[in-house]
Amino acid sequence: MTKSYLSIEQVDKSFARTGSTTEVLRKVSLGVEKGEFISIIGHSGCGKSTLLNIVAGLTDATSGAVLLDGGLVDSPGPDRAVVFQNHSLLPWLTVYENVRLAVNKVFGRSRSAAERHEWTLRNLELVQMTHALDKRPSEISGGMKQRVGIARALAMEPKVLLLDEPFGALDALTRAHLQDQVMQIHATLGNTVLMITHDVDEAVLLSDRIVMMTNGPAARIGEICEVRLPRPRRRVELVSDPTYLRCRSAVLKFLYDRHRLVEAA
Amino acid sequence: MQHSTAVKATPAPRAAAPVSATPAAASAAPAAAPATVVALATPGRRAAAAAAGSLRRGLSNLATSVLPPLFTLAVLVAVWEVVCSAPGSSLPAPSAVLVNSWDLIVDPFFDNGGIDKGLFWHLLASLQRVAVGYAIAAVAGVALGVLVGQSVWAMRGLDPIFQVLRTVPPLAWLPLSLAAFRDGQPSAIFVIFITAVWPIIINTAVGVRNIPDDYRNVARVLRLNAVEYVYTIMIPSAAPYIFTGLRIGIGLSWLAIVAAEMLIGGVGIGFFIWDAWNSSLISDIILALIYVGVVGFLLDRVVATVARIVTRGTANT
Repeated sequence: MTKSYLSIEQVDKSFARTGSTTEVLRKVSLGVEKGEFISIIGHSGCGKSTLLNIVAGLTDATSGAVLLDGGLVDSPGPDRAVVFQNHSLLPWLTVYENVRLAVNKVFGRSRSAAERHEWTLRNLELVQMTHALDKRPSEISGGMKQRVGIARALAMEPKVLLLDEPFGALDALTRAHLQDQVMQIHATLGNTVLMITHDVDEAVLLSDRIVMMTNGPAARIGEICEVRLPRPRRRVELVSDPTYLRCRSAVLKFLYDRHRLVEAA
Repeated sequence: MQHSTAVKATPAPRAAAPVSATPAAASAAPAAAPATVVALATPGRRAAAAAAGSLRRGLSNLATSVLPPLFTLAVLVAVWEVVCSAPGSSLPAPSAVLVNSWDLIVDPFFDNGGIDKGLFWHLLASLQRVAVGYAIAAVAGVALGVLVGQSVWAMRGLDPIFQVLRTVPPLAWLPLSLAAFRDGQPSAIFVIFITAVWPIIINTAVGVRNIPDDYRNVARVLRLNAVEYVYTIMIPSAAPYIFTGLRIGIGLSWLAIVAAEMLIGGVGIGFFIWDAWNSSLISDIILALIYVGVVGFLLDRVVATVARIVTRGTANT
């Protein structure tokens, strides 16, 4: 068997606090192929963000390993760019400077200043944010901030793009608009994407596969649903598509029938 | 440490400044309303009405911010005049201050050599001492604050010592520094330094400890090195806290310099006051106090203004 492009192998994670140990993830294994769009869905507290952080290298796995393109992941790096839940733009930098910081850091040696300027603008163009280059994050809307966050991540030319509930804090219309943009970008650039979400429709709409996680503690992968829908996908047409509905109900059944969130948590 | 400092740190420098502006803005609104009504009624007069409105707004802004303190001042001076005009009063009335200290009031720039100089020169000497001591305190304070905020072990080792040392009154350091430096000038500068450095250290440390994890994670994903991290993440993120410390520090410096100069002598506003007391020139003391108060106020405004410019855009995120 050949190794996947991104390979999560037997990852365990437990947090030790004074005296007691909490097991968050147990034996999580997942292979992601190049260009695939994977969603990880589960109730809050199931450790899906922890899993993303392990792939990002921001958190160490207790045991097991993450391999990307044949290399072992042991620290954070721009080859696994993260779009954080709350955008995480630096508020003292402008939109342009936020992206430029990443570009300078990743391509400081390999590209000239003019090329880096060009590249910064190109990525902001991808998310249609070139009209606000000199605005600071406090001067733009939440959806715009998230778009700049996506541009910053894309600008690093990551091997895998990690999205940590990127649209969770946005209103429904803005969210739909951004989902369309992410699909567009994925179609254009063919990125490998790992996205954390708790929105069933979003998962079905965007993903090639949906990874469903059981409730913690000791969460593991419960089921994987393959979404065999042709791209480009249009949300309006999908509403009545049988494949879409089947995937949607599979995920809903998993989340609300078999792994209902226990309120004690 | 966190308990004592959190209180100081909460009103970020930005928050302090608009307070004085708010009443003016609030009272400007009713003044503007009539102008709009006129403009709607007769479109031809719109421009004139708008101009009149903005003029009126400007005047009312001025009136609401300047008149109340002037009024309070007038009342205070009047009370003072009445109380101290009684025969046998131990303090001079304002009118007596004007008469007695007229030479000093009209000419702050004379220089007859020695310590017989105008108040400008005394203030300048004091400001120079404060500038040097405060500058050293700012650099050292931010550096130590970064260390304590960033390193758990530095905090465990240094913080208890800082907490003890910062309670030592500034003047208690003076004899020790005189013994060490054997000269008044560096001793006074040292006292300023030791007075101003604690709030700067403590607030900087709180600011550095409060850098959001998100920013740290961004730095880690981008693999910023230590120097890049300090300049692109740490200093900007902690800037509001650092400036809170700097602002407390400048206030304390100005408090300490007057007391220190009383003891070390020479040119300086502190010794001027002490010298006036020894010569029973009570009016001169009162005049000097007014200068000290105004200069202290201006120093605070300067630091607050710098803070507002530097931290623009970061406070409301």
